[in-house]
Amino acid sequence: MKTQSDPTPHEVQTEKPKLWQLRLYVAGQSPKSVAAFANLKRLCEEHLAGEFEIEVIDLIENPRLAKDDQIVAIPTLVRKLPEPIRKIIGDLSDTERTLVGLQLRPSTK
Amino acid sequence: MTKTVTKQKASPPASLLKCPTGIQGLDEITCGGLPHGRTTLVCGGAGCGKTLLGIEFLVRGAMLHNEPGVFFAFEETAEELAQNVRSLGFDLDDLIEKKKLAVDYIYIERSEIEETGEYDLEGLFIRLGYAIDSIGAKRVVLDTLETLFSGLSNVAIVRAELRRLFRWLKQKGVTTIVTAERGDGTLTRHGLEEYVADCVLSLDHRVAGQISTRRLRVVKYRGSTHATNEFPFLIDEGGISVLPITSLQLQHQASIERISSGVPGLDAMLGGQGFFRGSSVLLSGTAGVGKTSLSCHAANACCRRDERCLYFAFEESEAQLLRNMRSIGLDLEPWVKKGLLRFQVARPTMNGLEMHLASIHKQVEAFQPHLVIVDPVTSFLSSGTDTEATSMVIRLVDYLKSHQITALLTNLNHAGSVLEQTDVAISSLIDTWMLLRDIELNGERNRGLYILKSRGMAHSNQIREFLLTERGIQLTEVYLGPEGVLTGSARLSQEAKEQAMAEDRRLEAERKRENLARRQQSLEAQIAVLQLQFQTDKEEMERDIASEQAYVEKLDQSRNEMARSRKADSKGLPVSPKKGRK
Repeated sequence: MKTQSDPTPHEVQTEKPKLWQLRLYVAGQSPKSVAAFANLKRLCEEHLAGEFEIEVIDLIENPRLAKDDQIVAIPTLVRKLPEPIRKIIGDLSDTERTLVGLQLRPSTK
Repeated sequence: MTKTVTKQKASPPASLLKCPTGIQGLDEITCGGLPHGRTTLVCGGAGCGKTLLGIEFLVRGAMLHNEPGVFFAFEETAEELAQNVRSLGFDLDDLIEKKKLAVDYIYIERSEIEETGEYDLEGLFIRLGYAIDSIGAKRVVLDTLETLFSGLSNVAIVRAELRRLFRWLKQKGVTTIVTAERGDGTLTRHGLEEYVADCVLSLDHRVAGQISTRRLRVVKYRGSTHATNEFPFLIDEGGISVLPITSLQLQHQASIERISSGVPGLDAMLGGQGFFRGSSVLLSGTAGVGKTSLSCHAANACCRRDERCLYFAFEESEAQLLRNMRSIGLDLEPWVKKGLLRFQVARPTMNGLEMHLASIHKQVEAFQPHLVIVDPVTSFLSSGTDTEATSMVIRLVDYLKSHQITALLTNLNHAGSVLEQTDVAISSLIDTWMLLRDIELNGERNRGLYILKSRGMAHSNQIREFLLTERGIQLTEVYLGPEGVLTGSARLSQEAKEQAMAEDRRLEAERKRENLARRQQSLEAQIAVLQLQFQTDKEEMERDIASEQAYVEKLDQSRNEMARSRKADSKGLPVSPKKGRK
């Protein structure tokens, strides 16, 4: 149930045990949601090839799930692993900030 | 959804549909409650009771009006919230279990969030929508939405989303309370009042003279009349209670039953029967004129009728009062033991006025007395300003009246002040006003009592002297005579003098009466003597008359005899020729 939702934002998986577990909260097929998923997928493939797992949750279908991760803004990307949990909101169009948010790049830049 | 909205708009033709909050007093000042299906902004500084107002709105709604509610907390977790309001008697967990309430905690921490590009707050909408739909909520509280401004850096997005949120809530048809912090010179820090235009309540927490008072004001209420004043409110074990002065509806019942004041002489002055039940009685006077003693008599009379009396004493302790009353022959202790009389003793400065009023309310609710005595009501002046004290006493009198409880208030006048005036300016509210005053004369001080007014009954206009004796209070008539008004020993001596004078007069009259009798006796004796004398004279004269008569008869006889002896021819002839010859 958590793994899959609407047509376009598909879950992408590799076979190995994943170091990075990412969860993307969206609300239906809004342009921002679609953009966020596309941006995330591109980014992960560039920087975390083979080490990530993306779970997309559509809150319109599962509104109760919003509570667990304290989702207010849409879209929100939650880095479940590695710990600590990080949250990145927005359509992830700002690649630099997204990388900082995922702690793939030091925030000094 | 649009259908229900149009339906709501169509159904109340003239006035706005209102949603009763169930909070004591608030519905009265908003003339029925908050605007139904709309958003109300509650703003105020920290710690002034915004969250509590929200919670109580939901709890009362769920319990009294069967309207489930959703609470969105941005500052406290559901557990903390439940814990905080448990002391007020609200069991949130129970309501949640019964699906009457849903609490959601929304946590936004800027340091944990990275913002990258465009976003919206659809997540919040979804959560809110889900919570509302899951229990069929009719009421929503968002406490405090402004956290969004500190949690999210893109203010433009937050503002746009808030505007959308309020529109969305209106469409949902839920009655909403949004709380916000007061800003510098503005109602809210982030100008939420721009979005919420229907109804704004402002809460305030002010400290004056080291005593804090909470106040509530309806800043605006579109499409409805409302009270515009600031109203004090309290937070205690029963939640919030707003105490509107305007709740003086003056619709209380007027009883015709009369109750004794405990002093027969006073009852006689009050049309012979005493006070009206449920009336407000004021007893004013300077220090030491016997206000407390008279109050205790009233308490005693109340208990003797098997009714309960609640005595608020602000100047003496219970033990002291009992001891002092025993000295005038009034033993109140049995009533206390029997549970008919309860003393509530407190220093007036212990609480603010509002807390005093609240504690009086609570005591009255709990004890259900028939008579409440506040001794003295002027002590409230020391816990607030004059106007505050006045408004508090007005509300107290009104509250007691509406419950048909007789109120006996004492007013301590300061020496030199105008007697026929109360320091708390409540005289116009009072039904029966008695004045106790000193009468100073001939180097002594006596007490006088008179009735200044007593609505709805014939009452004496006389001053009575007020005596504290070993057998309680006694009222005696003052001496009113050619010497003027006399009281105390002057009255006694005047009375003695008068008595002596009366005795003198009585003796004098007695003497005169005896004199008269003697005179009559002597006169009668004289008359008897005279009569006797007259009788004697009369007898003597009659004797004389009789002897004269006898003599004449004898003369006649002897002449006839002589004639016969001379053998005269006829009678009388020899006499007439003799006469003729001459």
